[in-house]
Amino acid sequence: MKDTICAIATKLGMGAISIIRVSGDESIKKVNQCFQGSDLEKVKSHTIHYGYIKDQEKMIDEVLISVMRKPKTYTREDVVEINCHGGIFSTQKVLETLLKNGIRLAEPGEFTKRAFLNGRIDLSQAESVMELIESKNETAREIAFSSLSGSISHFIHEFREELKKLIASIEVNIDYPEYEDIEKITEEKLEEKVKQFLIQLEKIVKNSKEKQIFKNGIKTGIIGRPNVGKSSILNHLLEEEKAIVTSIAGTTRDVVEGEINLDGISLQISDTAGIRETEDLVEKLGVEKSKKMIQESDLVLFIIDGSNSLEKEDRLLFPLFQKEKTIVVINKEDKGIQIKKEQIPFSHVVYTTTKEQEGLDSLKEEIKKMFFKEEILEREEIILFNTRQIALAEKAYHLLKEVLKQLKQGIELDLISLDLKEVLDQLGEITGESYPEEILDTLFENFCVGK
Amino acid sequence: MYDIIVVGGGHAGCEAALACARLGNQTLLITGNLKNIADMPCNPSIGGPAKGIVVREIDALGGEMAKNTDKSSLQIKLLNTKKGPAVRALRAQADKVTYPQEMRKTIEKEKNLKLKESFVENLIVEENKVKGVILENGDSIFSKAVILTTGTYLKSSILVGEKKKTEGPHGERCSQFLSDRLKELGFRILRLKTGTPPRIERSSIHFEETTKEEGSKDSLTFSYDSKFSTAQQLQIPCYLTYTNERTHQIIRENLKRSSMYGGFVEGVGPRYCPSIEDKVVRFHDKDRHQLFLEPESMFYDDIYIQGLSSSMPQEVQEDIVHSIRGLEDAKILKYAYAIEYDAIDSKQLKQSLETKLVENLFTAGQINGTSGYEEAAGQGLIAGINASLKIQGKEPLLLKRNEAYLGVLIDDLVTKGIKDPYRLLTSRAEYRLLLRDDNADLRLREYGYKIGLIDEKKYQKFLEKKKKIEELLKLLKETRITPNEKSDAFLKKNGSKPLQTGISFYELLRRPEISIEIIQEYLGIEYEKEILKEVEIEIKYEGYIKKANQEAEKMLHLENIKIEKEIDYQKIPNLASEAKQKLEEIKPTSLGQASRISGVNPSDIAVLSVYLKRGHYESK
Repeated sequence: MKDTICAIATKLGMGAISIIRVSGDESIKKVNQCFQGSDLEKVKSHTIHYGYIKDQEKMIDEVLISVMRKPKTYTREDVVEINCHGGIFSTQKVLETLLKNGIRLAEPGEFTKRAFLNGRIDLSQAESVMELIESKNETAREIAFSSLSGSISHFIHEFREELKKLIASIEVNIDYPEYEDIEKITEEKLEEKVKQFLIQLEKIVKNSKEKQIFKNGIKTGIIGRPNVGKSSILNHLLEEEKAIVTSIAGTTRDVVEGEINLDGISLQISDTAGIRETEDLVEKLGVEKSKKMIQESDLVLFIIDGSNSLEKEDRLLFPLFQKEKTIVVINKEDKGIQIKKEQIPFSHVVYTTTKEQEGLDSLKEEIKKMFFKEEILEREEIILFNTRQIALAEKAYHLLKEVLKQLKQGIELDLISLDLKEVLDQLGEITGESYPEEILDTLFENFCVGK
Repeated sequence: MYDIIVVGGGHAGCEAALACARLGNQTLLITGNLKNIADMPCNPSIGGPAKGIVVREIDALGGEMAKNTDKSSLQIKLLNTKKGPAVRALRAQADKVTYPQEMRKTIEKEKNLKLKESFVENLIVEENKVKGVILENGDSIFSKAVILTTGTYLKSSILVGEKKKTEGPHGERCSQFLSDRLKELGFRILRLKTGTPPRIERSSIHFEETTKEEGSKDSLTFSYDSKFSTAQQLQIPCYLTYTNERTHQIIRENLKRSSMYGGFVEGVGPRYCPSIEDKVVRFHDKDRHQLFLEPESMFYDDIYIQGLSSSMPQEVQEDIVHSIRGLEDAKILKYAYAIEYDAIDSKQLKQSLETKLVENLFTAGQINGTSGYEEAAGQGLIAGINASLKIQGKEPLLLKRNEAYLGVLIDDLVTKGIKDPYRLLTSRAEYRLLLRDDNADLRLREYGYKIGLIDEKKYQKFLEKKKKIEELLKLLKETRITPNEKSDAFLKKNGSKPLQTGISFYELLRRPEISIEIIQEYLGIEYEKEILKEVEIEIKYEGYIKKANQEAEKMLHLENIKIEKEIDYQKIPNLASEAKQKLEEIKPTSLGQASRISGVNPSDIAVLSVYLKRGHYESK
């Protein structure tokens, strides 16, 4: 028997109403013990009841209680939801009363874990719930939500169905070699199919990787010669956005200096070796290390002092950057600009100043332009949202590529089929499905064989 | 008092009885009709993908089916020759008169084996241990162990159209009470169904309207020890024809008159073996279905129409047959029928094929829900071996999924159970690259020898073969070919690129266009064909075989985490409720077996694994 757990399901202290969720075999019985109103053990499933939560004889709160019996509940167990008055104190009181009645406080994510263990949601959905809870910004939340609704599961499911059909068509030719009227799977047909699969998977993997930055934040590096205003730009960005600065003293390189939220996406600004301390990153780190930093960043801000003409040193730095992820920031606009945009061989170039409130707006606009190219989430776009899923999809992709190679080398179908099954397994791990019986089912549904 | 009683003289019963007797047990084989020993009531062929490999495995372990087939084959073929090494398999047309005759001779020659014609209607069970059987006349016969191989003879009914008769194949009597008795003992009884097509008279067929299908010219045998098969001399052809739109129309018009679609059948039929009615209904967009005309015997005139299994009334069968090209004037000698019978739930068996409910009671063949002569014979052999080992107080022979199709078959039965009659397919084996036709002896002969079914002479021959394989592998690894005029000419002749540097012949053989035969010729060495074949497969598919072995290792790792004590699954926290119920039912003996139970998810296995590691055993 699963013990009964409870937790406050709404944000504490926000809003006029709080909801406490209770789940487990004895949820109805135990809530009923401290409820004055209808006898909850006798009411119909999925109904709402008005009454009071009591501790012994003391009234705690006036509440509305939803009773939902298994299996049609979030956890597939009996679930009770208590709508009580918002506010930290009263909600806590109701929760304490439940704990007194032998209900255990749920661990983080435990309701979802139960939903998964009881088979209501699959692995990718369970993961999405976790992502949803942990999402740092609106975009991350949106992606997590879309996969919770099962879009990953659906995609993987459909993809695997197609793959199973393909495998079954090879298998049927192996197990029923005498049936010549079964559609013979030829190498050409197989190759064409595998190519289609590859295109689909490649798109998913690429998209998913790109969208990872919305989850993890855009890793941003700031580079420039001494006294061009790197630290003031950093400070300006941070202060203005009221970001949480986690300055950790004595830490190693690549530590996240600060995180700012730009209309729903996070920029994680790394202070490699401390911009503020030395002011001369390139000199201190050397060219090789700067290159590495540029490599690892999603966005690089290359700061140039605009009040002087373009220095030779600046020009020497140009080849270090990857143009598609670099914004050249011509700073100190307030001191009069000596450098024209045309002199800079980059496509993203902005003028800024840290002397005015709006002095960095042009930079922010440019960042948004770079990362919000279109609408972030196209409708029905499939995005794998954690590294585990992406790694599995990537492995599947590479296995399929291998299959294509082997087809060209004339490897026998039996072996090709084994490789395809491995692809099926990899993808199945994303959602937690598995194969052998499934193939047989597909085989017998689609082919006409037998005595 | 016997050591072991085998009930039923079909393919499972024959193998079981022979194995028991050969292992020194006083054995009694009881069968309803002595004339039907090793009878083939359905198709006249043995082998095929996966099944053919089972026959080889039976031979490697010391069973009889392969030898008996070689003595009675009319035609033999190697199938799937171009689809990869793992799926090649032999199939023979076996003579329906010679096969049973030869088997009976072998059985009668066996000194510890006695035959008896009777029906067993009850079992003597004391304290959950079987002590013998009771015949229909009330006589009791005692034994230490009993093997039930009753085939389709438990409460069988034959169905033709709306007519239903309580009888077994050929109008034989069947056992009326044994399945009730099994039910009383706690077995769950399933009702299964299968069917067979009509037989027609050879001389009434217009063969010129059909396509001829020849056997193989190569000298092929099922047994590792047979010198030749009768098929070498015979190679009787089969013929191919098709149903047509007219046939399908007749079937559609009369659908309600068939036993299946008229609602006269309660049993579950095999998915892989649909009747012609099923094919027409389920695959209505196909305008024709293949039919093979196969000879049943050299001694009579019946031709088996493979692909036309049906439960239509006789007059409709006449119309169906006559609508087919080449069969316009065919004379039906035996009408097609469906047969229903009782089987037990195979999840109630241990891996050894002993029942979990009654000690020393073993079951094999169709009673366990399988179909097919080969599946039956294989189980019969394993049940015979394990019953013998059991009464001798020894550990059972449990073949693993990476060792034999027989391992796959039995594990599927006891772990997954069946819904429809079970047929072995190559796709059921995860490690089929390891379970090949060519290496059945390398996989299993050692077991056969240890158990005592393979004699010293055969074993020495096997060791000799193994030695030669290793010798040839070593030779190819150590002998190098260097770029020079001679090697260039040799490679050019065989459509291969010239060498840049010297390589071993082992490496050279990896080239797709280079076969072991041409290397043999070049090196002037001489090895038997089967040695060459084995070595070639091992070298050419080395990468794949290695991968399969790695996968198998992973499986074995889980397999080696044993669940010895009984676990109260209800008490394991975080185990999904469906998993608890399934684990409770199957009572797996290892984590590996648990992982194959349907409804038990990877997350459940993770939970169970942690539980087992902590040693949190709580006895019930």
